Amino acid sequence: MGLKMQGQHHLVAVSLNEQQQQMESKRKYTWYIPRTNQGKYLILWIIVFGYAAIHVYRCIDAGHQERIQEGLVSMCDQRARMLQDQFSVCVNHVHALAVLVSTFHYYKNPSVIDQDTFAEYTARTAFERPLLSGVAYAQRVMNSERVDFESQHGGTIRTMANKEPSPHRDEYAPVIFSQETVSYLNLLDMMSGEEDRENILRARSTGKAVLTSPFKLLGSHHLGVVLTIPVYKSKLPPNASVRDRIEATAGYLGGAFDVESLVENLLGQLAGNQEIIVKVYDVTNASDPLIMYGRQTQEGDPTRVHVSSLDFGDPFRKHEMTCRYLHEAPISLTASITAVFGYVIVILVGYMFYTGTIHIVQVEDDFDTMQNLKVRAEAADVAKSQFLATVSHEIRTPMNGILGMLALLLDTDLSSTQRDYAQTAQACGRALITLINEVLDRAKIEAGKLELEALPFDLRSILDDVLSLFSEKSRNKGIELAVLVSDKVPQIVMGDPGRFRQVITNLVGNSVKFTEQGHIFVQVHLAEHSKAVQDSKPETCMNGRSNGHQWKTLSGREVADDQNSWDKFKHLISDEEFMFDGNNSQNVNLMVSVEDTGIGIPLHAQKLVFMPFMQADSSTSRHYGGTGIGLSISKCLVELMGGQISFVSRPQIGSTFSFTAKFTRCEKNTVTDPKRTPYDDLPTSFNGLKATVVDTKPVRAAVTKYHLKRLGVLVEVVNSIKTASGQPDMILVEKDVWLSGDNFDNPFNNIRVNGHALKQPKVILLATNVTGGELDKAKAAGFSDTLVMKPLRASMVAACLQQVLGTGKAEQGKGMANGSVYLRGLLCGKKILVVDDNLVNRRVAAGALKKFGAEVECAESGKAALELLQIPHGFDACFMDIQMPEMDGFEATRRIRMMEREINEQQTSGSTDGCCDNRATEWHLPILAMTADVIQATFEECQKSGMDGYVSKPFQEENLYQEVAKFFESKPATDC
Amino acid sequence: MSSVLQLQRQFIDYTTSLHNEGYLDNQFTELQKLQDESNPDFVTEVVSMYFEDSDKLLNNLTTALQQRNVDYKQVDAHAHQFKGSSSSIGAKRVTNVCAHFKGFCEAKNLDGCLRCLQQVKQEYIFFRNKLEALFRLEQQILQAGGSVPMVE
Repeated sequence: MGLKMQGQHHLVAVSLNEQQQQMESKRKYTWYIPRTNQGKYLILWIIVFGYAAIHVYRCIDAGHQERIQEGLVSMCDQRARMLQDQFSVCVNHVHALAVLVSTFHYYKNPSVIDQDTFAEYTARTAFERPLLSGVAYAQRVMNSERVDFESQHGGTIRTMANKEPSPHRDEYAPVIFSQETVSYLNLLDMMSGEEDRENILRARSTGKAVLTSPFKLLGSHHLGVVLTIPVYKSKLPPNASVRDRIEATAGYLGGAFDVESLVENLLGQLAGNQEIIVKVYDVTNASDPLIMYGRQTQEGDPTRVHVSSLDFGDPFRKHEMTCRYLHEAPISLTASITAVFGYVIVILVGYMFYTGTIHIVQVEDDFDTMQNLKVRAEAADVAKSQFLATVSHEIRTPMNGILGMLALLLDTDLSSTQRDYAQTAQACGRALITLINEVLDRAKIEAGKLELEALPFDLRSILDDVLSLFSEKSRNKGIELAVLVSDKVPQIVMGDPGRFRQVITNLVGNSVKFTEQGHIFVQVHLAEHSKAVQDSKPETCMNGRSNGHQWKTLSGREVADDQNSWDKFKHLISDEEFMFDGNNSQNVNLMVSVEDTGIGIPLHAQKLVFMPFMQADSSTSRHYGGTGIGLSISKCLVELMGGQISFVSRPQIGSTFSFTAKFTRCEKNTVTDPKRTPYDDLPTSFNGLKATVVDTKPVRAAVTKYHLKRLGVLVEVVNSIKTASGQPDMILVEKDVWLSGDNFDNPFNNIRVNGHALKQPKVILLATNVTGGELDKAKAAGFSDTLVMKPLRASMVAACLQQVLGTGKAEQGKGMANGSVYLRGLLCGKKILVVDDNLVNRRVAAGALKKFGAEVECAESGKAALELLQIPHGFDACFMDIQMPEMDGFEATRRIRMMEREINEQQTSGSTDGCCDNRATEWHLPILAMTADVIQATFEECQKSGMDGYVSKPFQEENLYQEVAKFFESKPATDC
Repeated sequence: MSSVLQLQRQFIDYTTSLHNEGYLDNQFTELQKLQDESNPDFVTEVVSMYFEDSDKLLNNLTTALQQRNVDYKQVDAHAHQFKGSSSSIGAKRVTNVCAHFKGFCEAKNLDGCLRCLQQVKQEYIFFRNKLEALFRLEQQILQAGGSVPMVE
């Protein structure tokens, strides 16, 4: 046993593992979230959206930058244009001065301009040349003229560099007129300065205003450029050659542009001066731009620059203006705020997803863990139940040994004390076995091992059986025990008869245990019907009370559940057509109720009723015994049968347990199992008899009627014998009616008197229990043999009626009681042929059949059998072995059938010939196969070859009886 | 009287042990039940018939298996016969071995058949000895004036 247990534990463990594996494979996760590396996903998210934010920032910022650039461009261009305009104005004015000088100095003779005039004029017109620090006119003096010139002007020509007298040169350009601001230039040779010289040469050859490259101006530290315009002695034609121009040159008018202050002033007048840095370059030599304005060091915003070209009217010189912002452009607030806020939001969302994912994963993991734990717990529970089942089973085996030994012990010679001990031990052992069986049942149910069978069975006979179990107890207690099955419930249903019986037995057993007086009433109705009646008939009568002192129940006592009041009950049992939709369906839903008038269940304990090992009260088990496991098993079983169990109980009044159960319909002719008759046939000989039931209690009368109806008896229920009408074959009287009826004897006798002429009705007394005195009285009244003790059962009533009416077939009654005796009755005097090649088998079969009174002849082969069975023969049946050498059972049977067919045909064709045989019936010898292996294929084979059935070899009494009964039942047996 | 009781007890024990060890099954009990006043020697008669039959069958089997070309069909038929009669008598172990025997016949396994033949012979001899012992016991009880008890 130990080994076996270990094995089972192992098995449990294995199945547990499997379950776990199943669970794991079944594990379902949400597919849209990552289960690991959430942190990495978060970082990825942050990075991706970081880039996105930068992109967004750039997009928005680009517009901003463009606007800034545009601003710079417009400002720069504006400055350049203004500078250029002002410059050209100045140049024009200097031009005008040049014209003035040429007009009044050279064309007038003598000159009307001297230094003073020039200085005054230029001073007064200085506002016209705001950009020029001053203007001066230098005359062209050839070397040859130097002496004259110097004498004329009272000074020597000096160089610009050191203001020393100029060394000898070809040509000089000493300043003769100068504005006061540049009066220091007087008599300085302009040709001595590098820039001025170049300027002069270029100006006189082009005849236009020319500019020097920027240089430090004399007398100031500002950068400046010098503007030089040639003055010609005579008017020149527009297409004069360079030589002509040089020849005609009289002098040069020059002015120094102080570019720095000039631009400074100019910029000062414009808005936004502070924002930008302006630089002006001379870019005549593109590779080496010379700065004219602006500090080299001042860089400003290096990223953004705009260059505007300037045209100061000198085609030789190129100038340009470079503008930069002073400060780098401020970061775009909108862009940065948008990007940053967006990014923050995205990060938050990401973080929410992150935490959410972690949470979900955690919850799922927890859920999974719990699921595993649940599976394990369930497996443990199953294992427990299995263990319990095994242990119970293992206990049963030795217990059976103990009980058997005790039985043997009790058969020996024992002293009375020893016998008492042994009997007690046996009783205890039986109780233990019962308990173990119950535990086993429960454990089986819990372990899910209990499976319901689906067999056709007769509900009514099962209920009768259950009742008969308790009949003795109920009779002793004086309780009325009754059963009633609605007519609408089919005769045969498919289900598990054993389990159904178990539930009923348990409920009735409980009721019997807890009921001291009153009744126990088992009813079976269709659930739909019962429900329909409950619903449609509202309570009209309080608790089934009829007239204040009597309850219309079976025994007249109050019951807990008033749903079974007569008012409803009569609808349930009435013959009225009950329509419901599921009528044609295959399912039969039954509503079974067991009503008692016992002690009831205390209110506080009602919740615990279906818990295993719970009894209403601990004192209950002391008083009444029992373990309290029965109801919990019943509950399980009922649930297995697809129903529900419930109860109504009132302390000291009684309890009504009711349950529903699902069965399937089964047609009588589809009974497949030939070995078991699903229902015991009730005798049909009472069909059409009439009976009158005298009873004042309608429910009880209904029960009596139900049992009689099952026998085919037509029943009329009357309250009193006086109201009986018609000509009944029998009258059934309840004991209490008979006892209470004072003048009962008279009409009874009257009927008897009347009955002399007619057919005399039989009078039968129905009683639960009878005391000795009552029995005497009954005998005196003529009920001697006609007392039916309750509980009523159809078969018992039938037996009683047979006895009373004398119509019964004695052997049939006996047959029901004892198969062996019945078998004897069936086989007695029959002539039977046993065909078997095996001597021993033949002998044994013959012995068995002889024991039941049959006359047996043997044949050792199929051929021998054929010879013996040449028609006419005197055999009533043939038992045929299947596997025989030469000619097997099937072949032999086929030949016998062929023979019979020929004879039968002859008989029908030549029946008028008056055949020697007086048998009117056709020849058909019942042939039963004898076989060791009872399998379906063989059974079909048997039928195919014309056999009527088969019996297993070696003979088993029940099997033999069932098969034989098929043929001989209808034939009355001759007495042995 | 006590000796009868003792013998009876011994008989019961012996029969029970035969059942427990698997030599006999319920069929033997059934046979015993068939024996009554009208048929007092039924069991003995059937059993001796069985012994005769079995001796013959075993001989047949032995010769059949000694043939150069073994006719398995015939061997199977003999084994079947033996199995049938053994099962009728309730010789459970013999019946079981016969069933194996038939299996080997169907597979045409000569080694298995020979092994089974030995086994069947052995079981049969055991059974025969046991049953003879049982009958001796029965005789002793009857001689001592007791009745043979029925064992369920």
